This record gives sequence, C-alpha cells and structure tokens, in this order.
Amino acid sequence: MDLYRELILDHYKHPRNFGTLEKPDATAQEYNATCGDRIRMEIKISKGNIEDIKFSGEGCAISQASASMLTEKAKSMSTYAVMKLATDNILAMLETTLTPSRIKCAVLPLEVLQKAINNV
Amino acid sequence: MFDTRAVRKDFPIVRTLIDGKPLVYLDSAATSLKPRPVLDAINGYYTTYTANINRGIYKISEKATAEYETAREKVAAFIHARSKEEIVFTRNTTESINLVAAGFGKAFQKDDEVVVSIMEHHSNFVPWQQRALRKGIHFRIWNINQNYQLNTEYLDKLITRKTKLLAITAASNVLGIITPIREIVHIVKRINPNCAVIVDAAQAVPHFSVNVQDWNADAVAFSGHKMLGPTGVGVLWAKMDLLEKLPPYQYGGDMIKEVHVDHTVFNDVPQKFEAGTPHIAGVIGLGAAVDYLSNLGMAAVRKHEKEITTYTLNVLSDIHGLAIVGPKDSDKRGGVVTFTMKGIHPHDVAQILDEDNVCIRVGFHCAQPLHEYLKIGPTARASFYIYTTKEDIDALTKGLKKVKKIFA
Repeated sequence: MDLYRELILDHYKHPRNFGTLEKPDATAQEYNATCGDRIRMEIKISKGNIEDIKFSGEGCAISQASASMLTEKAKSMSTYAVMKLATDNILAMLETTLTPSRIKCAVLPLEVLQKAINNV
Repeated sequence: MFDTRAVRKDFPIVRTLIDGKPLVYLDSAATSLKPRPVLDAINGYYTTYTANINRGIYKISEKATAEYETAREKVAAFIHARSKEEIVFTRNTTESINLVAAGFGKAFQKDDEVVVSIMEHHSNFVPWQQRALRKGIHFRIWNINQNYQLNTEYLDKLITRKTKLLAITAASNVLGIITPIREIVHIVKRINPNCAVIVDAAQAVPHFSVNVQDWNADAVAFSGHKMLGPTGVGVLWAKMDLLEKLPPYQYGGDMIKEVHVDHTVFNDVPQKFEAGTPHIAGVIGLGAAVDYLSNLGMAAVRKHEKEITTYTLNVLSDIHGLAIVGPKDSDKRGGVVTFTMKGIHPHDVAQILDEDNVCIRVGFHCAQPLHEYLKIGPTARASFYIYTTKEDIDALTKGLKKVKKIFA
C-alpha cells in the first residue's frame, strides 16, 4: 500500500479551496475526537448546484487531502449527486485502499459536506 | 539484571513475521505481550481441569478453586497487601475504579468535594466527573506545573475538610511521570484524615515494585493485561474497612451467603464483589504473570525500562522537529515516551511506521483533558517493557526519519 503518494501529499501540503466563504448558504463541522481531526465546510448553492465551496480545519494527511480533493470534485456538482456519494467514491477519488481505522479519516470531509447540504 | 534476549524467547509473538518483516512492538502501555508460561497456564486450565470454582465436590473443580485462590495470594504478595482478602478480581482497571465510584457515588452529598489530577486516564477521571455532575458536588482539578510535575504544595489549597476523595495516577500513561503516592497520601491524610485516596496503578504495578501498605492509599486499581496477563482481568486492592463499607457492585451468584424470598445475606469480602462466574482462566493466567515478573525481579524490570527510556530520550532528541512531551529525566519517569512531529499528524506517523511493523499508539491516549491543558493536539507514544531492545528503538528512529523524508 503506497498511501503517501505525490497526489495525497500535494493536496495535504497545498490544500485547494482552503478557507472560508463570505456569505455561505450553509456550513457544517465535525470533530473526530479519537484522532483530533476537525473539518469545517462552507458552501454556496445556486439552482441545486454547488457554486462555491471552502473547507478549513486540521488533521492527518488523509483527512486533509480528502477534504481538498472533495472540494474540487464537488464544485459544480448538484447537491443531489453529492448526497449520493459514499465511501467507495472517496476511496476511488483518493486512488487508494485504506485500513478500517483510516477510512474514518478519509470519509469525514464527505460527512461534513453532506451535513452542510442538509443544513441548507 | 536479566538477559533481554532470553526473555524474548519466552514471547512467541516476537518471532512472528508480518509481510516478511519482524514485529517491533512499542505499545506496551496499551497492553503487554504474553509469555509462554502465561499462555500455558490459561491453556492448562482449559485443557486439563475446566470446571467452575467454589462449588464442585469433585477433583477438577477443587483444583480450579485452589488455582484461582492461589493466584489471589500471588497478587496480594506481589503488591505487599496485608491479606489476600484485600484483592478483588474485576475485568480491568476501569471496572475496579467504577466499583469504588459506585459506592462513593451513593454516599456523596451536596457540597462535598472530589479532587482529580489533570494527568488521569479517562478511567480515573470520567467516573468521578459524572458522579460530581449528577450529585452537584465540586469537581476540582490538580494541575501540573511547567516541569510536568504535580506540585504537592497545591494540596494545602485543594484538599479541604469537605474533600471526600482524591483520584490520582501512580504513573502517567502520557507523560511517563511517576507520582510520589506515599508522600501525597501522607499530606492528604494530614489535612483531612477522612479523604480517601484512590490510585490508578495500571502503569505502575507492571513496571516497578509497588507496596500498597507503604503507599497507605485507600484503594489501588490495575489491570492484568498490561503486566503479561490476559485481557479481561483487573484487580482492585482496598483497605479492608473500605471494602467492608462498600456496597456490592453487582448482584447474583457467588456474592451471596443465603438467599430467601424476602432477603439475601451477602458473602464476605472479596467474594461480595465477585458476582457470577469470574474469568477463571484469566485469573490463573495473571497468577502465572506475577510469577514471571517475580522471577525477573521488579527492581531489574525497572532498571531495564529506565535504560531503554534513557536511550530513547537521547536518540529522539536528535531528530529535528520532534518534541518530547514530558520530562527528559528518566529517573522521574516510566517507560513511556510521548512526542509530536512538527507539521505531521501523529496518525500519519503511525501509518508510515506500520509499513515496517513498528507499532506505536497515537491520539489522546485516553487522556484528553491533559492534552487540552497542555494545549497540544493528538500525540504519538512509544512505550516499553521487559522485551524491548535498543534495536526496537533503532527501528523506531529509522521509521521516524522515513516519515520526515516523506513529508519533507
């Protein structure tokens, strides 16, 4: 298993869409107390599509890279399509397999994003 | 001093290869590996005299009862208890503490005070916090100073005539700090003779000689699985007058003398606290673990761990960007070294180390209040025992350098 490939390390070191939005339509955050990962997602929605998205937080390379890549993927997706994403889609996006203890880290950003959509 | 190489031969798991590579086990503060004599004792019970205890009028049941009670004697002698009746077998340290907390919880009254150190493992923190919240009593924290030490001078302010209990660890599972229990108990009892002291000795009893009479605390809790024994067996030692006062923790078989439709007469201490069929094989295994440690000698165990800890502190200090959490003096600490690496999350550290089978623990180590007090996020921890070698530490160092290279 080569988890720490360029792709993941690059997103970890240079996260895309990191920060906050001025007037988000919805926000959500989650904290994983067992490892101290913290993710916050802010979204703007237009006609059922994600128009803009930012994330912030701290955590391991897997959770941060997953958040960064997810924001890129989700931009211009419909909220309906985002709600249908699941663990397998995240693993495919990360192009890796993960042990059960790390799947939580990888999926946390998706859970936060779906929670934000539910908060709209 | 014992020969670590000879000791390692007694641990079947250290010969295991995973993906063709040897195991480098540096998580003994979470649970220890198990030597052959312990495995044989457990297997012996299950293969040659499986029977319930305290009841059968037949040979194998009598043997099982005798072995179970012999283990109680061994544990009592190991911690220098006054009598074997002061030893209660539980599931683990957490259950031992909860047994005491359940009794105190019923007795607590409004305006009572409880003091807990900031270093406590959740097992000696949450049971008291929850009772305090429920009963509206004062829950006070004994903080550490900049040198990670508990300042005993603070006790004059913390312990009052209303303090019912102090919950304190004998050795921190994060900082490695060994606390001066005897001195603490002495000061507490001088201020308030009625304040009970309950000691979490989960990181103490496996690693150095403990004398509960010398400590003079009221209750001491520890786990078998951190001292070469199987999981599922813990120990509560307490002074006899406290054990007699505490109500039963669970009701059912074995903890009774007589049962009638309208009332029950409870059994004597310690059977009063051992309801239902206990973990017989586990207790017998713990007895074998005590024998194993006694043969090595606890002074030698401590000496070995101190040597490994000194070596680890030295080599890790040379890694740029690595910060050790806790004192750097191995005289004052047990075999636990906790650290952070600049810009690298501990989970990533552990994951990369695991590629070469180097097992460490990461996160908050069941001591989240301590991490919040120190204003640090999750940490990484390497912890040692009698089978740990300098080669294990070299494998850790090599792994940490690989981590740095990947994240450079």
